[in-house]
Amino acid sequence: MSVASSLGGQAGGGEVAGGLMGRAAPETSSVATSTTAGPELVQLLTPEGERVSHPDYALDLTAEDYRSLYRDLVLVRRVDVEATALQRQGELGIWAALLGQEAAQVGSGRALLPGDYAFPTYREHGVAYCKGVDPLKLLGLFRGVSHAGWDPHDHNFGLYTIVIGSQTLHATGYAMGIQKDGTEDAVIAYFGDGATSQGDVNEAFVFATVFNAPVVFFCQNNQWAISEPLERQTRIPLYQRARGFGFPGVRVDGNDVLAVLAVTRAALRNAREGNGPTFIEAFTYRMGAHTTSDDPTRYRLASDLETWKLKDPLERMKAYLVRSGMADAAFFAGVEVDADALAAHVRKGCIEMPDPDPLSIFDGVYAEPTALLAEERARFAAYLSSFADGPQADADSAAATAGGR
Amino acid sequence: MAPTTLAKAVNMGLRKAMESDPKVLVMGEDVGKLGGVFRVTDGLQKDFGEARVIDTPLAESGIVGTAIGLALRGYRPVCEIQFDGFVYPAYDQIVSQLAKMHYRSQGTTPLPVTIRIPFGGGIGAVEHHSESPEAYFAHTAGLKVVACSNPVDAYFMIRQAVVADDPVIFFEPKRRYWEKAELDESATPPPLHSATVVRPGDDLTVLAYGPMVRTALEAAAAAAAADEGRSLEVIDLRTLSPLDLVPVLESVRRTGRCVVVHEAPVFLGMGSELAARITEACFYSLEAPVLRVGGFDTPYPPSRLEEAYLPDLDRVLDAVDHAFAF
Repeated sequence: MSVASSLGGQAGGGEVAGGLMGRAAPETSSVATSTTAGPELVQLLTPEGERVSHPDYALDLTAEDYRSLYRDLVLVRRVDVEATALQRQGELGIWAALLGQEAAQVGSGRALLPGDYAFPTYREHGVAYCKGVDPLKLLGLFRGVSHAGWDPHDHNFGLYTIVIGSQTLHATGYAMGIQKDGTEDAVIAYFGDGATSQGDVNEAFVFATVFNAPVVFFCQNNQWAISEPLERQTRIPLYQRARGFGFPGVRVDGNDVLAVLAVTRAALRNAREGNGPTFIEAFTYRMGAHTTSDDPTRYRLASDLETWKLKDPLERMKAYLVRSGMADAAFFAGVEVDADALAAHVRKGCIEMPDPDPLSIFDGVYAEPTALLAEERARFAAYLSSFADGPQADADSAAATAGGR
Repeated sequence: MAPTTLAKAVNMGLRKAMESDPKVLVMGEDVGKLGGVFRVTDGLQKDFGEARVIDTPLAESGIVGTAIGLALRGYRPVCEIQFDGFVYPAYDQIVSQLAKMHYRSQGTTPLPVTIRIPFGGGIGAVEHHSESPEAYFAHTAGLKVVACSNPVDAYFMIRQAVVADDPVIFFEPKRRYWEKAELDESATPPPLHSATVVRPGDDLTVLAYGPMVRTALEAAAAAAAADEGRSLEVIDLRTLSPLDLVPVLESVRRTGRCVVVHEAPVFLGMGSELAARITEACFYSLEAPVLRVGGFDTPYPPSRLEEAYLPDLDRVLDAVDHAFAF
């Protein structure tokens, strides 16, 4: 069953508001500040690893599917742990950890077809992995050697976007383009709970709904916008925001990779079928700091962390695989070997990543180069070469280490 | 060849661009059925359909943000910002996203988006309808910024802007929308990013763009007719980023004097950059400092005061006198 039909109708129809109101909406005056997970949370795998069903979201997977989902969760977490360590060792300037959000990212990322385009924030390392982006490309950004090292069109994975919420408009415009092309691709826009306060995100909802664009708005509600709790962004559950814009919203257990996969697939299918956008609120928790520069002990309780540890996305999947007999000790050992290999690749590649040539500052500013910038570049080159053992000499040796450029 | 207004010339240029490339889209507030508040997009939706001429929701950041997404999908959007003073809600998308995405992508991702902005005062409008925000955009690497001053340039420059692979901020002098000129569509235009000498002269170089080109030309005619009989060379800059300094420097080296004219406030305006570059390149040729004539360093005043605020023929000639007094 599609997201729209499960929530009472298609976007744009009068049924949407009525259906949603009938299902989940209290009177405005009683909405208050209930922003926590409630009975409406879609779940297919409990924190204890018990497989449950949901009337609206069937999910038919093979044993191999289940195993590979678990494998992806482990690998993505391993990249994250390794990157955090590399930052602590001075190899990265900063790292934005995804710890705790693996299921939200792998579940939604695995729901995407190759032609589907993802527009990330700066924390979608798991989605990048699902889209085939080498984690080293992500590390390049956090090391400071590039602003983004991948060609977005190679992977249908957009550039990391640091200004909060901007990419939701890009996603919507891209989806409008798909509509004009008449293809059956869809778009997914990632953002967080804090971003829902941004004007751009609200404008994206307006554009997406009035043009009925094939875009899924995937909000990872990790409860924290750096130090600000969800209550500083909203007084209703975030997924209910969609109702006011006239499109369906659904809240899914963001630590349940199966539920996220099923809900995202349904939303993407709905978009492909011409039924417009869906808002997915993946209810999760940022287990780590906002970034390696942050100190969450200043603003949140350790006990919250303990509560959420019990809902860990990897542990529940592992428990299910063991209990169901779909995976044995050899499988888990093999996953660890793969994770070790990926971590080694990330570590070695990061440490060996050369600093760019100083003159590359001038590269790629324009598609059609300008004489003024060429002049500035030439002057800077002359300046650098005026140092016998100066910056240019260093850059030359760095370039030589990297195999020249 | 019939005389064509500047507004109509932009319209014809957009039409030509849309005929030449099915990926060209026009989007903005009221650009469809209404044809835009200045009628610049008149008739385009009727001929090209609602899928290509899009009446957008009333949200400028949304217009530019979705245009970026459309460009990533392979389209060439031409956004209309209804008035200069309404561009600021889109400023973040323009400066942080549109201008930087090609650089961010290490040159793999061009964003061929044109943003048309009717700019400048002189039409007796209420607040936010008469501004000259070009310096904000010229200051931002990754954007290209141009301003047309007459119907012929308007026609060719909009076509050139649309086919360019870089984002172009395209300023249209709204108080000149109804001025007419003979337009020969088969003519060969100069490159988009080139300045042109629109009146040759020997004694002083006047630099202007957009609505001030006509003012500069009127000042040059008056200076020639006056007792001193001064011969002013007028250059229409046309491109504000990148600047085309070649004809400018050649001219100033010859005349030894230069006055820059724009409606925008002089503090950190285009004139500041031009004065600095001309001084550096022509130091030994200059008989006087480069002088700037512009709006005052105030917000744009109520329209009953705009005649006093805006540079006119007399204020240009006053600056010319000062340049000769050094």
